[in-house]
Amino acid sequence: MSDRWRSLLEKICIPLGALLAALVIFGLFCALAGANPFGVYHSIYRAAFGSWSSFQNTLIQASPLMLSALCTALPARLGLVIIGNEGALVLGGLAAVAGGLTLGGWGLPTPGVQLGMALAGILAGGLWIAIVGALRHYRAVNETISSLLMNYIAIAFLNQMVNGPMRDPASLNKPSTFPIPSEHMLGTLPGSRVHYGLVLGLVACGLAYFLIQRTTFGFAARTAGGNVRAARVAGLPVGKLTLAICFLGGACAGLAGMVEVAAVHGRANESLNANYGYGGVLVAFIARHNPIAASLVALLLGGILASGGILQRAHGLPDATVMVFQGIVFLSVLYSDSLYGKLPIFKARPPKVRPTPPVATATLV
Amino acid sequence: MATEALGWWGVPLAIVAGTLRGSVPFLFVSLGECLTEKSGKINLGLEGTLLMGAMSAYAISFLTGSPWLGVVTAGVAGLFLGLIHGWLSQQPRVNDVAVGIAMIIFGSGLAFFLGKPFIQPSAPQLPTFSLAGWTQIPQLESALRISPLFILGVAIAPLMQWFFRSTRWGLLVRAVGDSPDAARAMGISIFKVRMASIVAGSFLAGIGGASLSLFYPGSWSERISSGQGLMAVALVIFARWNPIQCLFASLLFGGAQAIGPAMQSVGIDAYYYLFNASPYILTLLIMVITCSPKRTLTGAPGALGQAQE
Amino acid sequence: MRSPMFQVTRRQAIRGLLATGAFGLTVKLSACGDTSTTASNNDITAGFIYVGPRDDYGYNQAHAEGAASLEAIDGVKVSEEASVPETNAVQETMRSMIDIDGATAIFATSFGYFDPHVLALAEEFPDVQFFHCGGLYEEGVHPNNVGSYFGYIDEAQYVAGIVAAHATNSKRLGFIAAKPIPQVLRNVNSFTLGARTIDPSVTTQVIFTGDWADPVREAEAANSMADQGIDVLTCHVDSPKVVIETAERRGIFASGYHANQAELAPQGYLTGAEWDWSNVYTNYMTQILEGKTLMNGGIPHLVRGGFQDGFLKLSPFGPAVSPEAQQAAEAAKAELVAGNLVIYKGEIKDNQGQTVIESGKELGQTAVELEQMNWLAEGVMGSVGGWGVWVDGVDGWMGGWVVDAERLPGG
Repeated sequence: MSDRWRSLLEKICIPLGALLAALVIFGLFCALAGANPFGVYHSIYRAAFGSWSSFQNTLIQASPLMLSALCTALPARLGLVIIGNEGALVLGGLAAVAGGLTLGGWGLPTPGVQLGMALAGILAGGLWIAIVGALRHYRAVNETISSLLMNYIAIAFLNQMVNGPMRDPASLNKPSTFPIPSEHMLGTLPGSRVHYGLVLGLVACGLAYFLIQRTTFGFAARTAGGNVRAARVAGLPVGKLTLAICFLGGACAGLAGMVEVAAVHGRANESLNANYGYGGVLVAFIARHNPIAASLVALLLGGILASGGILQRAHGLPDATVMVFQGIVFLSVLYSDSLYGKLPIFKARPPKVRPTPPVATATLV
Repeated sequence: MATEALGWWGVPLAIVAGTLRGSVPFLFVSLGECLTEKSGKINLGLEGTLLMGAMSAYAISFLTGSPWLGVVTAGVAGLFLGLIHGWLSQQPRVNDVAVGIAMIIFGSGLAFFLGKPFIQPSAPQLPTFSLAGWTQIPQLESALRISPLFILGVAIAPLMQWFFRSTRWGLLVRAVGDSPDAARAMGISIFKVRMASIVAGSFLAGIGGASLSLFYPGSWSERISSGQGLMAVALVIFARWNPIQCLFASLLFGGAQAIGPAMQSVGIDAYYYLFNASPYILTLLIMVITCSPKRTLTGAPGALGQAQE
Repeated sequence: MRSPMFQVTRRQAIRGLLATGAFGLTVKLSACGDTSTTASNNDITAGFIYVGPRDDYGYNQAHAEGAASLEAIDGVKVSEEASVPETNAVQETMRSMIDIDGATAIFATSFGYFDPHVLALAEEFPDVQFFHCGGLYEEGVHPNNVGSYFGYIDEAQYVAGIVAAHATNSKRLGFIAAKPIPQVLRNVNSFTLGARTIDPSVTTQVIFTGDWADPVREAEAANSMADQGIDVLTCHVDSPKVVIETAERRGIFASGYHANQAELAPQGYLTGAEWDWSNVYTNYMTQILEGKTLMNGGIPHLVRGGFQDGFLKLSPFGPAVSPEAQQAAEAAKAELVAGNLVIYKGEIKDNQGQTVIESGKELGQTAVELEQMNWLAEGVMGSVGGWGVWVDGVDGWMGGWVVDAERLPGG
């Protein structure tokens, strides 16, 4: 067997082994909690992947995470750790509503209104994270802390607007903006209940991959990310790169907010702040900031989230079980990253037997 | 029961009181994170540690009747989460920020899971004492009522400063954080020093959790932390990795938390969402003003967050 | 749109596949944990969805206790899911309850589930009944298989206000509220109106925390109210635990909400406004078992009730409640039970001095105006902020977005 095959096999087996190990640990956890692990496995499978209907649930949960993950993954190529996804997302949603209502009020046809909403979301989210980039570049403010602080500020701003100036008085007990007319809402993919946010997410991930790996811009960003000082010496416009890549990242999160508004809620309210931002940060880091991998990790997280309900309903486990499950899966996957090139089975001889999953029990201590 | 209202004096009083009681979790978590980051690793998972600490402290205090035993348990719970983080984040190719985020989810999930039976009961709280024995004003008496944990935290800050500056162990931690290669050449085990720093830092963060559930607000519920752990981690950067400045940053943040509600209680009730966001706005403004691209952050550990070879 | 027939066959097909396929072993092993497929066909499965944890000592716990009481009824199965956010996740939860657990009645207990989530699923599953807590069902606008239920818990707050007015020395009461929405404002107003029947000089300070659950801010609010000399606290947040405990520590009185929190404040707990959802849910399920549905008109679409209909309870009086306070409270409650007492009886002014209910006009509990309340009554210190009577401050800032009070439907 050639080395290429061996390396490919390694790339497939190690993540699968990590998932398997996580399932074993989680099974033990469930057994300790008094649930039948095999019943739990069956339920997870049934609720997340078992049928087209339940797989759609997974897709629905995954699609905002794909766009949101790019808000961390793109700037990471420049060496920036940005966790402001939540803020960019809610502002994107808010701006999309403002744009949609204004353009709808002018009587624009649906495609125009939808395009306007998308642009508004992209602009708001992009500018928000571009501020983070600007503060980093011009004031040397640490981007992680400023983006975290700006999350809270953005959420406060959303609440202030939704409870105040932009409130629809008919939204009685859940203060919301005026709704976007239903004809301007994003539809669902034919034959499914999955909205177009999934397509946008996949396309964005693909474009981001292309941008980073195949363009001069991406090359410049990767170079500067490797060593800012060297990049300056080489004459790369570090400031412009920082602003541009922060804008693009924020734009993706803003677009995620627009999708939430235009495909799900139809209006902006506090439900926009539903942790898709922090989920996106997690996805980006697990995917090692690779946009294609991010879309797969988003699917995985979507599947876990989709199976959260059935753990409560069929097995009497508390609502926090799904968080424990998530934690175990991601810790195990992270550990498995350290195994590349370490397992003798992928080194010496072609694997005749199925490789044993990497033992990650120690992650639980 | 005193009936006089304080009026406008209530606002500064609330801020002082908020500083004394609301700052404790920030203080412990940021000191813990300061120690961790000085060794060159980031532990973003202290939010999960904080919750785990809050839950276990409350549970043990309820079960045994001894809040101090609860505090110790909180520290030990933090220690265990620290072991996971310390081991995992030092594996090759594993990013410590990623582990931290996964640990937030794992730690808080575990805390919620195990904490279900303890939401309902009331656990014995830590004793408090008042700095205002001289006053007859009950508001002042209550505002200046502080927890021994606060004193402990305030004492740890200069101690840690001294530890970093003047002790051999402190030098080891700094050496490992600033230039791991040099440290390795000196024959220091990077793994062990970082592990010790992470575990000790998590121990402190666990105690910070105990202050949430056994001092202020003094209750266990799943929403007990509104992101204090994550915020405290960020405050370390704000404090330039200096324990004394961690103390000031925590006091500032604890006090700023009280602004929103206090303003409303005296009738300033417009924009309360924005007032409630004042701690974040304030911190950001201070950073924007005090940072400068002309100098790098002093105190930043040289190898902070760099990938393991 | 899928026909119910198709759902059944598809479910059976999956089950068959699983039984014969690779998962056959798993299915057998998991038979004990997998209750949904073994349920007998006659059982009615009711799905309950909560927005937060089931045991929060507050809003969600009150609902979960109601749901738990259904287990005692023969032929009823309960399927529950907690911490379901108000996003399309709740749609998936409802769908999963219907598809996998075979639920034919869904109880969505959080206000934010209603529009668009419950409405969308109701369109899709016309044979499943959707009962929503707090929404305002509109005949002809909303699907026929949607029902809405809520209790006039402000009646209990009115009585609690009477008790509070007897207990206070400073004549200042405090109300810690999450958001200035009609349900909350109605509680604040009723509490104040109740208190002012005893002593018209009593005022209520309200602080909005802006969040349904934020313990630190709730504790800060409670402390700053205590600093201002307020000596009775009540609240409308999801989990009142911290407010009650803080009040007790500050040595002031507290009045509970959602559930009985007497244990948390043995000294200062006065009384509390509690839900009695077990009663409401039992009623619903009995009707469903009798074959009544929303669709055949057997169950009304809009169900509301107060003390009279057994939607509410009053926490037992604490030790600090004087006999005369108890008497006054019991008398008011008896009047409410008998349906003789109208809380919103004109003339009522708001705290800006404007008349909101004309002299001589009575708004009974069913009045739609009350479900759209956007004002604070005279005697309440605070403002609803951002809309209604308070728009001046925003005007210059956001110009065109300002919403006038006049645009309120029916308001």
